[in-house]
This record gives sequence, structure tokens and C-alpha cells, in this order.
Amino acid sequence: MDDLLKALEAKDNPNIPDLRPGDTVKVHARIVEGERERIQIFPGTVLRIKHGGNNASFTVRRTAAHGVGVERTFLLRSPRIERVEVVRHSHVRRAKLYFLRDRKGRRAVLKEKR
Amino acid sequence: MVKGIIGKKIGMTQVFDEDGKSTPVTVIQAGPCWVTQVKTPASDGYAAIQLGFDEVAANETDDTTKQYKIERKLTKPERGHLGLLDPSEKHPDRMRKALNNPVPALRILREFRVDTVEGVEEGQKITVEVFTAGERVDVSGTSKGKGFAGTIKRHGFHRGPKTHGQSDRERAPGSISSTSTPGRVKKGTRMAGRMGGQRVTSQNLEIVVVDTDNNLLAVKGSVPGSKGGLVVINPTVKQ
Repeated sequence: MDDLLKALEAKDNPNIPDLRPGDTVKVHARIVEGERERIQIFPGTVLRIKHGGNNASFTVRRTAAHGVGVERTFLLRSPRIERVEVVRHSHVRRAKLYFLRDRKGRRAVLKEKR
Repeated sequence: MVKGIIGKKIGMTQVFDEDGKSTPVTVIQAGPCWVTQVKTPASDGYAAIQLGFDEVAANETDDTTKQYKIERKLTKPERGHLGLLDPSEKHPDRMRKALNNPVPALRILREFRVDTVEGVEEGQKITVEVFTAGERVDVSGTSKGKGFAGTIKRHGFHRGPKTHGQSDRERAPGSISSTSTPGRVKKGTRMAGRMGGQRVTSQNLEIVVVDTDNNLLAVKGSVPGSKGGLVVINPTVKQ
């Protein structure tokens, strides 16, 4: 029965590479403002990846001005994502990096994976 | 023209359109169905068609096994109705109803009211192609059974206070009537009892996807019943 649900799944976006939790990424998202359409870049760290066909999503966290944390969740198969750049991979030991929410400054920076 | 189909609820997901807008949909495996009986005003006093769905032992290749499974799953009257019985000495004129349009052994039969039965004949195959994306339909199914449910779940009553010296009042229904006048409980007073497991129709749902390759329909929003449950799709009565 689940196979039948897969029949309606959108295709993998070729411009989204394999993402891992802890990756530093730049998400190029298409934003529609009235008539105009533009591309907004959202940089940050991948906090979690949620699998599940068309419902698959990933959350990116970044620290905006005055140390305010901003998280944005993108639908992985949405056509509104133009592409995703992976800037670097980090060494992480868990799948969901929620502990980063409690950290500030240098403590919130993950070690680079070599 | 037949506009209706029987299906099985597969589950819910979301689909994207070109703009990237996501729509929550319920996926239904609808059909293929076969016309098993045509009712005309002349023969039955009203116009309707009967559709059959869910072939018994559809993937069985061995004929003997298939025949055995059909005989086990369908009663003799059911097989006779579908024209699957051979003529016998007692019933010499009992033949397949439409020898050139044979119907497979179908487990589920449902009737659909139509304005006119013109152009419909027994044995005709009905697929999801009778619907197009953007059309509005009503989907009927059997809702999930909730068992013996209290008034809060069943009728949306409010909860009682948790504090201020209250005990055993949190989910109590409250007063159900007055005392000696009228001295009885009004008929139809909402109380606890069996909930769910009834026929429910979700009206005016938009068809988002018609997948003819896999016999799938995706309708916007939710549909009564559990996954794998039987649903009947009709053109909407709203409009």
C-alpha cells in the first residue's frame, strides 16, 4: 500500500545534494512577492532532517543580529527550493542537533569533519 | 455516462504544484470497476448502475487455485449474479450474463444512481479516467470506530473544573434534565455511547491528481475511515 503512495511522490531535486545534520549550508529559496519572484539565500547549520516522501523536510538554524537564533524548515521536495550549497560538513554524533539551541557564540560552532 | 467509482483509502500525503504550493491530499486506489448490473426505470422503477470492485485472487495465475479461491470467497448466489456459473440441468439458460464482456470475480458491489443508463452496458470497465483533476466529489466511507466514548469526545461537551474542591467531575456530562417537572429525561439527550464506525460522507472535495497508470485518485483533504478502508466516490451534491 505504501508503494502506491510513492507513485505520487515528487522527484528528487537534482540541485539538492545529500544533506547531513551539522552541514553548513546556503539554501537558495524562491520567494514570491506579489507579482515578482526572487531568490533568497538562507545560510545556516542543518539542525535536523526529517524523511518521509513528499513530507520530507530539513531545518536550518542561523544566528541573526544581536544573537537571535532563527530556524527555518524547508520541504525537501518543494519546487520552491532552487538549490542548496553545502559549505562544509561537521563532525556530529547525533541525528538531531537540538542542543545547539541552548548554545551561544563559539560554543555553538561545530568542529569540521576531516 | 457513469460518474462514480469504488476505491480503497491508501493514506495521506502532500503534493506540490508548479508554483511550489503544497496541497494535503488523501490517496485513493479507485477501481478498476466493472458494471455488474444496469437498472432501468422499465426493469426496476429507477435508473441506476451497479459497480463491482476488488477482484478475488487477481494475481493468481493457476486456474484451479483461482477457481478454488473464488468459490471460497464468493457465495454461489454472488457467483451466479456475476455470471460465473455454468449452465446446469436445472438452470439450462443460466449463462454468463455477457459472454463477450465477462466480469471478473468481484468481492464488492455497490449501486450508483444515474440520470440515464444510456450507453452503459454490463461488463463495461470503469476506471479513474471518468474523473478529471479539478472536479469536485463526495467521498463516503466508514469512519474509524471510537468505541464507547464519553460526552466530551462524542458531543464536544466542556470539561468540568479540575480544582475548587471538585472530585470526579472532570469529564462528567453534567445535568441531563430537571427534577419532577417534567420528571423524565428528554428524548435525544446527548449522552455517552458508541461513537464512530458509521457511514460518513466528506462533501465537495477537489480532485487534485488522477493517476491512470496506477488507478489512483488524490483528493484534497481528509476522507472518512482508516487506511485500507472502502470508500465510494460520487460527483458532489453541492454546487
